[in-house]
Amino acid sequence: MNKPLPNSLRQGPDARGRFGEFGGRFVAETLMPLILEVEKAYEAAKTDAAFQAEWRRLLTHYVGRPSPLWFAERLTAHLRKNAAPGMGAKVYFKRDELNHTGAHKINAVLGQILLAKKMGKTRIIAETGAGQHGVATATACALMDLPCIVYMGATDVERQQPNVFRMKLLGAEVRPVTSGAATLKDAMNEGLRDWVANVHDTYYCIGTVAGPHPYPQMVRDFQSVIGEEAREQMLAAEGRLPDALIAAVGGGSNAMGLFFPFLDDKDVQMFGVEAAGRGLDTHEHAAALSRGRPGVLHGNRTYLLQDGDGQITEAHSISAGLDYPGVGPEHSWLHEIGRVQYVGATDDEALAAFQLCSRQEGIIPALEPAHALAHVIKMAPTLPQDRILLMNLCGRGDKDIFTVARHLGETI
Amino acid sequence: MSRIAARFAALKAEGRGALVTFLTGFDPDRATSLRILQGLPGAGADVIEIGVPFTDPMADGPSIQKAGQRGLRAGATVPGILDLVRELRATEKDTPVVLMGYYNPMLAYGVARFCADAAAAGVDGLIVVDVPPEEADEIEPDARAHGLDLIRLIAPTTDEARLPRVLGATTGFIYYVSITGITGTRSADYASLAPAIAALKRHTDLPVAIGFGIRSPEQAAIAASVADGAVVGTALVDTLAATLDAEGRATADTAPKVLAQVRGLSQAIRAAKKAAA
Repeated sequence: MNKPLPNSLRQGPDARGRFGEFGGRFVAETLMPLILEVEKAYEAAKTDAAFQAEWRRLLTHYVGRPSPLWFAERLTAHLRKNAAPGMGAKVYFKRDELNHTGAHKINAVLGQILLAKKMGKTRIIAETGAGQHGVATATACALMDLPCIVYMGATDVERQQPNVFRMKLLGAEVRPVTSGAATLKDAMNEGLRDWVANVHDTYYCIGTVAGPHPYPQMVRDFQSVIGEEAREQMLAAEGRLPDALIAAVGGGSNAMGLFFPFLDDKDVQMFGVEAAGRGLDTHEHAAALSRGRPGVLHGNRTYLLQDGDGQITEAHSISAGLDYPGVGPEHSWLHEIGRVQYVGATDDEALAAFQLCSRQEGIIPALEPAHALAHVIKMAPTLPQDRILLMNLCGRGDKDIFTVARHLGETI
Repeated sequence: MSRIAARFAALKAEGRGALVTFLTGFDPDRATSLRILQGLPGAGADVIEIGVPFTDPMADGPSIQKAGQRGLRAGATVPGILDLVRELRATEKDTPVVLMGYYNPMLAYGVARFCADAAAAGVDGLIVVDVPPEEADEIEPDARAHGLDLIRLIAPTTDEARLPRVLGATTGFIYYVSITGITGTRSADYASLAPAIAALKRHTDLPVAIGFGIRSPEQAAIAASVADGAVVGTALVDTLAATLDAEGRATADTAPKVLAQVRGLSQAIRAAKKAAA
């Protein structure tokens, strides 16, 4: 690894867990000692060769890493059809949808469950939105013989039935959460409540780059395997770095994982695509960065969807995985310093991208990366043909076929 | 001397512990909430805690979560809660008032403005659940500048190494969490309270109130004699909730039943002999 330069963007967070003014440890006193314990354990694990070797072994032989870098040739050609002559950038996918369990979530989950074992914890809890993180956690717990409880908003339980059943098959207990809007944020509240009550034996496996320090850093570090691989693979395939990276942002773990290793490469542009739901100018979206403002929720200061009185407002997205009113604090910082541009893609744009990807590439993407693809579809035709776009195809769409069918008016 | 310090000093002289009551502001509506708050001192509450509703109360159990939702439906906002305190203060001069809530609504209002307006409204102390000592500089300077105590929770998980840091960031009184967990979900283990409070007292001169898991007059009496006070919240909120009609509206029973329960708790505390001080 390169040593970070003094002016590197890859040095965060600081000792207080802050990225600029974002992040921190805004938790109740009951949780504070445990947060510090996780931080200490993680700091030790970072330099523990045996820990790192075991995690890498699991990534290689259990997850199936490295995930391929795929030149989406048919999609590229398709997008060039409607572009001006000479226009239409090359589109590459980083194929994390091929991971065991079907998404990038497993990368950080395996790291965290290994850490939990090292800490002597005997019970694992997690929250999940789309169910991908829940499935990944249930999977790791089955592999490592730990009991697993997954909190999931009742609304999400309804719209993500296949994943609910998967978690049950894997031996996890899924607890539907009915408070609030019964989606991801409410599941996270319930996870934190469980943790407070069971601090002595329980590890909370957070699915994204949010929550109190050290979670945003730890999840980012584990997910950075995506960007590290992609960097090498792109150099091998094209002999140079891509011109732009594109990734969907809910909490933002797949995006941080792709972006982080490239943050100091000034010529690489980055786009985080938030769920614009029914439109950024409606009240039904999940675009915390584009339409929210800074606040404190779930242990960190970050951009949030909230009303004038500081009450958190409900997010909306066709994708359960993006349906969250906050975003990881490092994204808030990257947004404020302008290193990453955050844009939106609507439900309809994501649905169209979902279908296009299925037909052009024979890959059914999850609805989350379909949002990233929607931005690629807008962007590629505006760029010359020698430009390279790299998108994180962070999950597969098997879990979404029922939702998509319903939106397309089909019964399956 | 602040109202909080004066109250605990007076009770110490009296030889008994304090009854600290918690109810969420605007639960189930502003008028009923005000009526209950105005009745609390007469019913025997020594310190009044008012919950500031928040959509995502991560440290609260189902009862107080629902109370917060009722409060929000009834239109509770930060200015609304401050206004409620102002109206309470018009008639109640001596009983300390503590606001308990989460950071984001205070942040949205503006921390400096919040502390200034809270003090002006007659608030004496703040419990900001999700601002631990590590983040204290977020709110401490403004709270200090306006004479507001920052009351902190000490949990069973707070170890000896961490204790001085938490105590150092606390003024007013210590809120000792008697269980590991969220509000109102478990009962305190009284056998372990006395040694825990004794250990705590070795490190601080501040009054200690015990909370989370105190429901009955008997439990309150024990807690108030083992320590300097007992906090009762969920049990009162449950009583309030049980009086509401099918649409969650107040009935003629709401304020009387809550206040009757406060009277029962207060009588038990007053009857209890304070453990040898």
